[in-house]
Amino acid sequence: MICSRLTSACLPSLCLRSLWLDHAAIRSPWLLPRDASAHGLALDHHLLLNLWIALALLALAHLILLIGLLARRHSEPTQLWRIEYLPLAALALLFAALTLKAERLWASSRYTGASPTALQVEVTGVQFAWYFRYPGPDATFGLTNPSLVAPGEGNPLGLSSTDPHSADDFVSSQLVLPANREVDLRLRAQDVIHGFSIPEMRLKQNAVPGQTIHLHFTPTTPGTYAILCTQLCGLGHYRMNATLLILPPDQFATWLAAKQKAAP
Amino acid sequence: MTPPFNTPPAQPHPASSTSPRLRAALFSTDHRVIGIQYLVLALIAVVIGTLLSLLMRIHLVWPDWPLPLHGPILPEDYLALVTIHGTIMLFFVLTTAPQAGFGNLILPAQIGARSMAFPALNAASFWLTAAALLILLSSTFVPGGAAISGWTAYPPLSAVASSGPGQALGMDLWLTSIALFAIASTASSINTLTTILRNRCHGMTWERLPLTVWGWFTAALLSIIAFSVLLAAILLLFCDRHAGTSFFLPTGDLVNGILHQGGNGSPLLWLHLFWFFGHPEVYIAILPGMGLTSMLLANFSHRRVFAYRTMITTTLLIGLLGILLWGHHMFVAGLNPFASSAFSISTMAIALPAAAKVLSWLATIWRSRPSYKTPMLFALGFVSLFLTGGLTGPILAQPILDEYLHNTFFVVAHFHLIMAMAGIFGLYAATYYWFPLLTATSQHPGRLLSEPLGHLHFWCTLLGAYAVFLPMHLTGLAGEPRHYGQLTGIPGPGGSLSPAGALLSHTLPLNRFITYAAIFLATAQLIFLFNLARSLRKGKIASSNPWQATTLEWHPSMNPFPPLPASDTPEISVHRAPCHYQPCHYQSNKVEVSFLPQWAPIPFEQDEIEDVTDTKPE
Ligand SMILES: [Cu+2]
Ligand SMILES: [Cu+2]
Repeated sequence: MICSRLTSACLPSLCLRSLWLDHAAIRSPWLLPRDASAHGLALDHHLLLNLWIALALLALAHLILLIGLLARRHSEPTQLWRIEYLPLAALALLFAALTLKAERLWASSRYTGASPTALQVEVTGVQFAWYFRYPGPDATFGLTNPSLVAPGEGNPLGLSSTDPHSADDFVSSQLVLPANREVDLRLRAQDVIHGFSIPEMRLKQNAVPGQTIHLHFTPTTPGTYAILCTQLCGLGHYRMNATLLILPPDQFATWLAAKQKAAP
Repeated sequence: MTPPFNTPPAQPHPASSTSPRLRAALFSTDHRVIGIQYLVLALIAVVIGTLLSLLMRIHLVWPDWPLPLHGPILPEDYLALVTIHGTIMLFFVLTTAPQAGFGNLILPAQIGARSMAFPALNAASFWLTAAALLILLSSTFVPGGAAISGWTAYPPLSAVASSGPGQALGMDLWLTSIALFAIASTASSINTLTTILRNRCHGMTWERLPLTVWGWFTAALLSIIAFSVLLAAILLLFCDRHAGTSFFLPTGDLVNGILHQGGNGSPLLWLHLFWFFGHPEVYIAILPGMGLTSMLLANFSHRRVFAYRTMITTTLLIGLLGILLWGHHMFVAGLNPFASSAFSISTMAIALPAAAKVLSWLATIWRSRPSYKTPMLFALGFVSLFLTGGLTGPILAQPILDEYLHNTFFVVAHFHLIMAMAGIFGLYAATYYWFPLLTATSQHPGRLLSEPLGHLHFWCTLLGAYAVFLPMHLTGLAGEPRHYGQLTGIPGPGGSLSPAGALLSHTLPLNRFITYAAIFLATAQLIFLFNLARSLRKGKIASSNPWQATTLEWHPSMNPFPPLPASDTPEISVHRAPCHYQPCHYQSNKVEVSFLPQWAPIPFEQDEIEDVTDTKPE
């Protein structure tokens, strides 16, 4: 890829990187954290391409500005089409191309939902915690009722005990997923708007009270990753984070079995 | 007979005792007095807003530092700082100073009007704005503290008093403040529009209006549309808070143990209404600066504005598109993804009129050897910052990229560069440029700000602005979210650093650098305050047209010194578009430059000027 070659070829930025950051978790001179999702690579390439284009245009415009200021005085520029309409047309084409590419990426991740075989997990944002609910062997989430919410009694989501589907549901404070399997997240919020974000999965979506929003992605690299809240949700906003644990499929199966056994 | 510009009937000349003078200054309906009042208000606001931002930056890198007389900064204190900083800067500085401040001071003179259309409404708008600022600041001292939901005040956080600190009386005061501000802004914009429509002098056709006037005109149009929607949204939120409605609250919303069982509203309605206001708002803040930059670049380059008509068109186009693309703040808010695509495309479209403006600025100064007076430096700085901030706009306009960048410091960097920094550079350019008009009274002529101090101020501010806001792009790319009062010390299981703590601690070295740079940037502004205080008394006396400007505010009879008796005030008429210079005669200091102000009846050479005929405004 052109942009990744550009990325690694940019020496000054690499120097900055070694100056400021010690870490393998960050790649590229633009300080993007490592990507660990299937869709992230294309997104990163597009983002880096955009950043380099912006930087190039910035340098070009400032160069024109400086040369224009330093060069000998000359009569006024008159050829309108050459300095007004030609660059405008070029910019229009450039932006159209970028939009088109961005739209294709957006469409591939958002226009359609997850495949039916995707792993189902429900994510609920509450001031100031994330809860992750797995549907259990029956593959169906039980009903919840806000009037049953009782975090002190171990029922933070208000699972109704009368619904048979809820019997095997279990709630985790950590999001545990198998590598290389698509996940279909159902995003909800109990109280205020929260921002569900996993930078290393290149994922962000607000959780809005009263709405269930689906979000799907495929994690690729086993490891632990940060889940943040990125929508101002009150005084605990900065500490509303959780951990995403990506396991190899066999370890995930063990984890899931243990959890299902523990579920009432 | 129209009363003379310098002695409006409502403001009698200073008498011997102080109190009538004070009363005349406070309750004046003279637009220039009101303009100064707005600028003083904005100056107070910008000092407070800057100090708050410094506290935020210091807390971010030294979280344990206790604030004098207050103690350690708690999470709710940090969010209150964020909220008041954003509200104060956006409304009381970036909206008030260019639009109401310089609009009142300069706009009537630039169109050859002797006063604003509705002087009493004008004064009422100012006092409403001042009351709004007082109410906002007073919210810091109420039980529960100031609002902490940011300047966007998303419900349900802002709709339910139980959702946390600042959401009870603090939020009511915040809403009251912004509602008053919205009313004041709408009234003031109606005044501006009517003045431009009705009070133009003989010969001031639409195509001869200075581009600053076009900036004020478009910003006023946007203000009326945007602020009325904001006012409506605030009233709805008030009803949700106190009248049991649920426009923004879904049924079954459970906040802090209190269950909401009312009607079925949606927080997204607030986002739509708010951003329908919020996006045009940034153009309201920046359009007057864009107009002024065009005029200053031409003035100090002794050139015409390149593609004058295109500049008018792009100003209007930016205004029109500006009200159509509020949805680009909502790509990850829970909209239908197809809607995001539509908003994305309309946002990319606005890059073109903006780029046309930049091209025109570059062409205007291309090989012009301009004179580098301080207003020109700030206009050039405006171009640079507008470019740097603007170029990340198309990146954020792509939903797939916004999915990663939304609510990170990349966004903070983007809008601070283009709106806050370019906006402030526009204000500085205006202050240095119009200082003689600001300081002239019937007692003494206007003064100039010191040029050496101005140069020093410019270079420090430009350097500081870039040092603060360029690295923020990088901390944003590294994943640093907005509104985080703390970046480290978020413990994980077993006392180890959590993945979030590990991710965010990467940004600490850069954040330290940004904080040092912010302290430098703020300190550099003392040069300006010193220059201001010194030049008010000791500044060089300005001639009646010190910059060889061509626009009407520099007409000798528009300058209040020397005062002209009412009967001698000449009728002004305009003979051409602004920025007519004779370039071939230009030599910087030696020979007097040939320039042709809008009011001068004779052209240099008939073939040089295409429109010399007098036309009445329709
Ligand atoms: Cu949250
Ligand atoms: Cu949050």
